[in-house]
Amino acid sequence: MGVGRMATYDGLFEATGLQGWCGETTDGPLTMAELMARARGEDAADVATPLMNTPFPSLDVLHESCATIPRSRDMTEAVEQGFLAIKDPLKVVLDPITQPLSWALDASLELFQAVPWFIMIPLLVILTWFSTKRIGVTVFVAAAFLFMSFINFYDDAMQTLSIIFVCTLISIALGVPIGIAMSRSNALQRGTIPILDMLQTLPTFVYLVPLIYLFSVTESKLYGIAIILYAIVPVVRLTDLGIRLVDKEVIEAADAFGMTARQKLWKVEVPLALPNIMAGVNQTIMMSLAMVVIASLVSAPGLGVKVLAGIRNLELGVGLVAGFCIVLLAVLLDRSTKAALARVDVSGTAR
Amino acid sequence: MKDTATTARTAAPQVRIKGLYKIFGPRSKQMMAHVDAGMGKAELLEKHQHVLGLQDIDVDMHAGQITVVMGLSGSGKSTLIRHLNLLIEPTAGVVEVDGVDVTSLNESALREMRRKKMSMVFQKFALLPHRTVLDNAAMPLEVQGIDAATREAEGRKWLERVGLGGYEGRYPHQLSGGMQQRVGIARALTSNSDIMLMDEAFSALDPLIRTDMQDLLLELQKELHKTIVFITHDLDEALKLADHLVILNDGAVVQQGEPQHILLNPADPYIEDFVSDINRARVLRVRSVMHDEPKGRPVAGDVDANATLESLIAMSGGETNLAYRVMQDGQIVGEIDMADLVRALVPRVSEGTARTT
Repeated sequence: MGVGRMATYDGLFEATGLQGWCGETTDGPLTMAELMARARGEDAADVATPLMNTPFPSLDVLHESCATIPRSRDMTEAVEQGFLAIKDPLKVVLDPITQPLSWALDASLELFQAVPWFIMIPLLVILTWFSTKRIGVTVFVAAAFLFMSFINFYDDAMQTLSIIFVCTLISIALGVPIGIAMSRSNALQRGTIPILDMLQTLPTFVYLVPLIYLFSVTESKLYGIAIILYAIVPVVRLTDLGIRLVDKEVIEAADAFGMTARQKLWKVEVPLALPNIMAGVNQTIMMSLAMVVIASLVSAPGLGVKVLAGIRNLELGVGLVAGFCIVLLAVLLDRSTKAALARVDVSGTAR
Repeated sequence: MKDTATTARTAAPQVRIKGLYKIFGPRSKQMMAHVDAGMGKAELLEKHQHVLGLQDIDVDMHAGQITVVMGLSGSGKSTLIRHLNLLIEPTAGVVEVDGVDVTSLNESALREMRRKKMSMVFQKFALLPHRTVLDNAAMPLEVQGIDAATREAEGRKWLERVGLGGYEGRYPHQLSGGMQQRVGIARALTSNSDIMLMDEAFSALDPLIRTDMQDLLLELQKELHKTIVFITHDLDEALKLADHLVILNDGAVVQQGEPQHILLNPADPYIEDFVSDINRARVLRVRSVMHDEPKGRPVAGDVDANATLESLIAMSGGETNLAYRVMQDGQIVGEIDMADLVRALVPRVSEGTARTT
């Protein structure tokens, strides 16, 4: 207890006889509060604290009375050390698993940019036509791409599209099987839902933090993982829901005519759940678009970089136009997947 | 059809249900001990929170006959029919199909039995909404791995037979309820199984369509002689279709037998209540109320043994003091007095009447 200073909770440790356990205060670096107090020319706890000002018994306050109790700074330090300690073994496992993601993202980026605009734009428009069969949506997609190319945002838009393309495909490839497994087992569903809730509610910046430590910022899988973690949730949820909502009598009919589990899954459950699964895919696309913008903070290329430049360099015009292009991309992705969804749904509704 | 019923009954039944119990709940097997000790449905629910769904069911279903299981909702009839193809597993008891206990089958043998021996028609049709009518009808053969050409030919044949020729390319939601159920019946027939399970198959249809469908089923049955298990809550429907009628109440069989017999000799007040509302003249047949031995009185004419009382009333023009000779296959089998007929029209009340069962 240093130089005759009295801390608020000294009495507590004296009363419980824990002084021996506490030991002598070793004067470590000062906390901010102590510094401030010293600057004001007073010694923090010299004057007896009035009752109304009794501080909450937090780590820092208790540390003043008992040196064995760590300060909150030591606590965050320990968390960091703990994380750094498991970082290397974790990397040994995670690196090889996630490496294909880097390759896929890089290859797709290269491909999207290697294809010249006069092939790419018609290709996207034709694709829209065949998946939606709607003239309005197709014309809108064509106009949007021509506009973005005209104002020199073609490359950025293609980069963003390429990242969304890869991340959505991987989200579906992982999410649909997870959703199917969840629909089979109530225990698995109970276990998975909190994780999905967490992924969906965590502010996106929060899981960028550990990812930055785990992977180098120069690797594309860093933003790939961030996007997939965020965007996979709806496709998992809606696959699970869709399969659970399949009419029980139709399932009974499948059993009564002797379908195997596999026949039932592919001939009955997945086709009947398809409208819901597609709704999940639509949401997944929208969420990966949202995340790809934020991921520009960790070096994801595309329109997000331009928005970021707008913020960092106060280039208001660039930021606004890039923002508008993102909205345009969001609307065209949403419209075209919804139109495709409506086509899938036709035979499933109004039964 | 009604007369083949009596002869067929001598053969071994195609489906035999013996001592079947079903208890719903997490510890159903342990609960069997309580039920064996004589605990009733209400007590089991109150003391152990288990529901006694079916108790001690013994029913024989004969080949080529329509067995109708009738009961109100909650009586366990849908549970019972699902025991035949093991969509629901029994807690105790035996379900034999062609002499084989289905509860003893392993997974693949059970699947094989569902594919080859039994087909099912559902109350809400249970068609695959994303497939055409033809694909739906051909589904049982597709499940068996039969090639597309064969199964589509089969599907087309049966769709034609149920009156849906020309609708092959439509989707189920484009058809009316009655037509959807025709697809359901065609699907069941395509599987070419001996046994057809029909779970309230016509209950979701409106009355006129329902009558059509009943006629369709009887017409198909005349030709195909399937073993049909039909579930219904509608007594008129039950009496129209049944060769053998099983009445369920609270998970137990209250009475079973030939429908005419049940109608004339209800075993307990529950069934009396049930049968009191129906049009007896339309359901009862001359053979059920005639005298076997002619009394030698002058008769007003001949009547067929299988004619309904309603048709006889029409024939007599409402005269109540006539008598008729009853003929079957050109032979005199008995005599019927209009007074007997009128007496048979009055539902029997339990008080003061001796039971003939």
